[in-house]
Amino acid sequence: MAGVAGAVLLPLAAVVWRAGGAGWLSAGDWAAVRFSLTQAALSALLSVALAVPAARALARRRFPGRGALVTLLGAPFILPVVVAVLGLLAVFGQGGLASRALGLFGLPPLSIYGLHGVVLAHVFFNLPLATRLILQGWLTIPAERFRLAATLGLPPGAVFRLLEAPMLRRAVPGALVAIFVICLSSFAVALTLGGGPRATTVELAIYQAFRFEFDLGRAALLSVVQLALAGAAAALAARLALPPAMGAGLDRVTPRWDAARPWLRAQDAAWLALVAAFLLLPLAMIVARGLPGLAEMPPQVWRAAGFSLAVALASTALTLALALPLASRAGEGLAIAAIAVSPLVLGTGLFLILRPVASPGAVALPVTAAVNALMALPFALRVIRPELEAVRADYGRLCLSLGLRGRWFWTRVALPRLRRPLGFATGLTAALSAGDLGVIALFADPERATLPLQMYRLMGAYRMEAAAGAALLLLAMSLALFWVFDRGGHGA
Amino acid sequence: MRSPLTAAGPVAGLVTATIMGAAAAQAQDLTVYTYDSFVSDWGPGPQLEAAFEDRCSCDLEFVAAGDGAALLSRIRLEGERTEADVVLGLDTNLTHAARETGLFAEHGLSPELDLPVAWDDAHFLPFDWGYFAFVHEAGFDAPGSFRALAESDASLLIQDPRSSTPGLGLVMWVKAAYGDEAGAIWEGLADNIVTVTPGWSEAYGLFLEGEADMVLSYTTSPAYHLIAEDDPTKAAAPFEEGHYMQVEVAGMLAGTDAPELAQDFLDFMTGPAFQSVIPTTNWMYPAVTPPEGLPEGFDTLIRPEAALLLAPEEAAEIRGAALEEWRAALSR
Amino acid sequence: MLELEDLRAGHGDFRLAAEWHLPAGRIAAVIGPSGGGKSTLLDAIAGFLAPEAGRVLWHGRDLGPLAPGERPVAMLFQDNNLFPHLTAAENVALALTPKRRLTAAQRAEVEAALARVGLEGFGARRPAELSGGQQGRVALARVLLQRKPLLLLDEPFSALGPAQRGEMLDLVAELARETGATVLMVSHAPEDARRIADAVVLVAEGRAQAPEPTERLFADPPPALRAYLG
Repeated sequence: MAGVAGAVLLPLAAVVWRAGGAGWLSAGDWAAVRFSLTQAALSALLSVALAVPAARALARRRFPGRGALVTLLGAPFILPVVVAVLGLLAVFGQGGLASRALGLFGLPPLSIYGLHGVVLAHVFFNLPLATRLILQGWLTIPAERFRLAATLGLPPGAVFRLLEAPMLRRAVPGALVAIFVICLSSFAVALTLGGGPRATTVELAIYQAFRFEFDLGRAALLSVVQLALAGAAAALAARLALPPAMGAGLDRVTPRWDAARPWLRAQDAAWLALVAAFLLLPLAMIVARGLPGLAEMPPQVWRAAGFSLAVALASTALTLALALPLASRAGEGLAIAAIAVSPLVLGTGLFLILRPVASPGAVALPVTAAVNALMALPFALRVIRPELEAVRADYGRLCLSLGLRGRWFWTRVALPRLRRPLGFATGLTAALSAGDLGVIALFADPERATLPLQMYRLMGAYRMEAAAGAALLLLAMSLALFWVFDRGGHGA
Repeated sequence: MRSPLTAAGPVAGLVTATIMGAAAAQAQDLTVYTYDSFVSDWGPGPQLEAAFEDRCSCDLEFVAAGDGAALLSRIRLEGERTEADVVLGLDTNLTHAARETGLFAEHGLSPELDLPVAWDDAHFLPFDWGYFAFVHEAGFDAPGSFRALAESDASLLIQDPRSSTPGLGLVMWVKAAYGDEAGAIWEGLADNIVTVTPGWSEAYGLFLEGEADMVLSYTTSPAYHLIAEDDPTKAAAPFEEGHYMQVEVAGMLAGTDAPELAQDFLDFMTGPAFQSVIPTTNWMYPAVTPPEGLPEGFDTLIRPEAALLLAPEEAAEIRGAALEEWRAALSR
Repeated sequence: MLELEDLRAGHGDFRLAAEWHLPAGRIAAVIGPSGGGKSTLLDAIAGFLAPEAGRVLWHGRDLGPLAPGERPVAMLFQDNNLFPHLTAAENVALALTPKRRLTAAQRAEVEAALARVGLEGFGARRPAELSGGQQGRVALARVLLQRKPLLLLDEPFSALGPAQRGEMLDLVAELARETGATVLMVSHAPEDARRIADAVVLVAEGRAQAPEPTERLFADPPPALRAYLG
């Protein structure tokens, strides 16, 4: 825990130390704080509100393609921003599918630019994540409880009130905070779709202070503000969330007698179709854009894919090593802090710390892997912690009485019980770190560029088609990583 | 280089380090910090590295650091302990701040430059340049000035001046052309602007996806499509106010341990081997036209009648106010 | 011999006091109204609850400093006695070693224990594939291999029907006689106590009373027991 605290706070401290202090916020900064809060709150609320019915539909329905859909749910979250934005624009942009469809009825094209566009993009990124987090919650309700409900003949409303609502009270606040915090430090999405300087976020103000005015003190101060906002959100969620109190079941699959009514089936089908269309259409456009570019990809892109794979696997191992000891309330708070610290400030601080001992180019890949692990940690913990707490509550006394402690508790009980969340968390980390550009600008090593960096370089060199090909490769690779790990969690 | 401490203790270690430091200087390493796209496999970096190493029998190492602004940030963070001998890729919006750091040495060279403006800078030497311009599809009836643009329905993609070099170039362009009226021009443009992206790549990508009629880029952008893709459908709109320039420069560090080699690199930089690589890798005009002239296709590009460029000191002085004008006008 | 020496334990506002001893090899039923402190008593003996005062002794040895797994105590809980992700044999094997790999001798012991509780050939099944009674037998097989002289049962068979529960209790009694184990079992049903218990510990109103011979107690119930029996 001290390690992660250090990894978050030391870089921040290094920047403050280097700056020799910090000033106070200007009127423009306050406007940025307000906009950041508004868009992050709206994005989090909307993502979770839409995710609840989608997760419920996935939890109580079995249909062909369900597994594939659940895997694809991991896709948007791991896409580099520019790829996702181009995919979204192909659907919701001025010349996108939706606008063309409206045109058929003589209606004007959609305008995606503005606060609503920012929120739309954030929902695209985070709705799937929220769905997975909440679906995980549904799967923790033991099958025995639903049987009990069925024997009592409880209607769907009562099942929701007695079984599902308490689960949501545990699962939703954490999901809200994780999404709120990641949207809080949004920069590229907010700017690209925000439509102009109205959509200035705190992260952009940090960017400006750092790059433009070289005012490290102000950059650090804004970063502390961002951290404080995230901390407040996390504290609030901790007050609202219920502790786990479900009790263990026997790992049986859950048939749902309460959900067999036709109109409920129709409702679930409609939700799933809507969510799937919202997520899959932009992805399909990314695939369509990327296919012609695959042939034009220079060989360096494949090399970059190799480096990204190595980074992804290293990040995954690191996240696992960090996630289990940190699976507590304090640990999760700490991990939230890690993503709330501006990536730019984090990168700068790490640079200041590492610069005297190592050449930045030489440590580029390890630093990328470490920072990616740190960025994935809150999501890994969000999935792992509730289940670890449930295992402790259900089997803690049995383990004690059998003398299963230390490594035996972990290897014989906790890890096997946590297979599913661990598979999801590692899959998410692997995919996220394959796709994340992270904080590596200062550490860039021209010889060992990762795939997203190579993709940006192709774009910067006008080679948009080849870049689209690289984006498709990135999407495929991230999804494959996610699928392999997530599957691993369902095996046996 | 870190000193390897021997069993004999720190004194011996210091001696070893000194000897090895001297040996390293003899091996002649040259470290050049530059922006990321310069060293990418399809940028000029790889060809130039080979060409210079042939000439100098030294080891040239490019170190990439984001874009021009990130490059300067890195030099500032590293201060006098930087490993860089040369920094390549700043522009005139950054050179004032770079000079102020006191980390740069005078280059002592005076090559004949083919720039539309006079160049007289003791610290920084240009290696390429270009004009900012709005790029559109060939068939589009593009406005010919900022005023005409403001009055038209043409939709526009620009970059944020706080995070992007062209974005800042545009703010300077409007300021250089309109001075005190710049704020009014921006207010007129506000309803044409579809969105403001963090960097050039996003805006250009959105433009190619058909999100707007025009995108802020360079007059040389159509040359890429013509030469590399055999696609003549992109054009840059000539503006009657004239076009603001971006001049990309390099400078050598005062603390370099290889001053002769650094100067030799700057000399190489304005020579034909370097300059002939620039047009079709960096897609900018070379600072010195190579003997064989510009590549075919560059003759089709518009040549603005007036070249606008604020002196580095002036640019640094008005930047804050110009940015505030931009922000205020577009935040309405 | 199990000795409770001026024991006081509890949580929140609730306090339980006990001061008695039970000779080794006896089976004692712990009965009394809900909330009277039956589980508190077992938790204190098993080491899940640290006493506020007094001591728990086994053959004169203070169990206070020992962790639950180190005590001469095996315990079955109301539920969650088996790990759902492990097979019956793996669950039983945890009594011998936490390691995944067993020696041939250990495997034989596990098989013998399963056979002893009537589950020969069921080793490869997971708990979800077993009936409630079979799950109870697996848990008992594990207790058998734990070879602890003191067995605490916190109503592990309450979910079973009367006939099955009776069978399980008979099995417990048989195993206890064979191994010489001392048993303390919480129960709601007086017939359970009559069926296998030598003595009854009545727990009510924050007091665990000294064990009384079963027959004598039910022949002439004290007022607290009478109130409980109704």
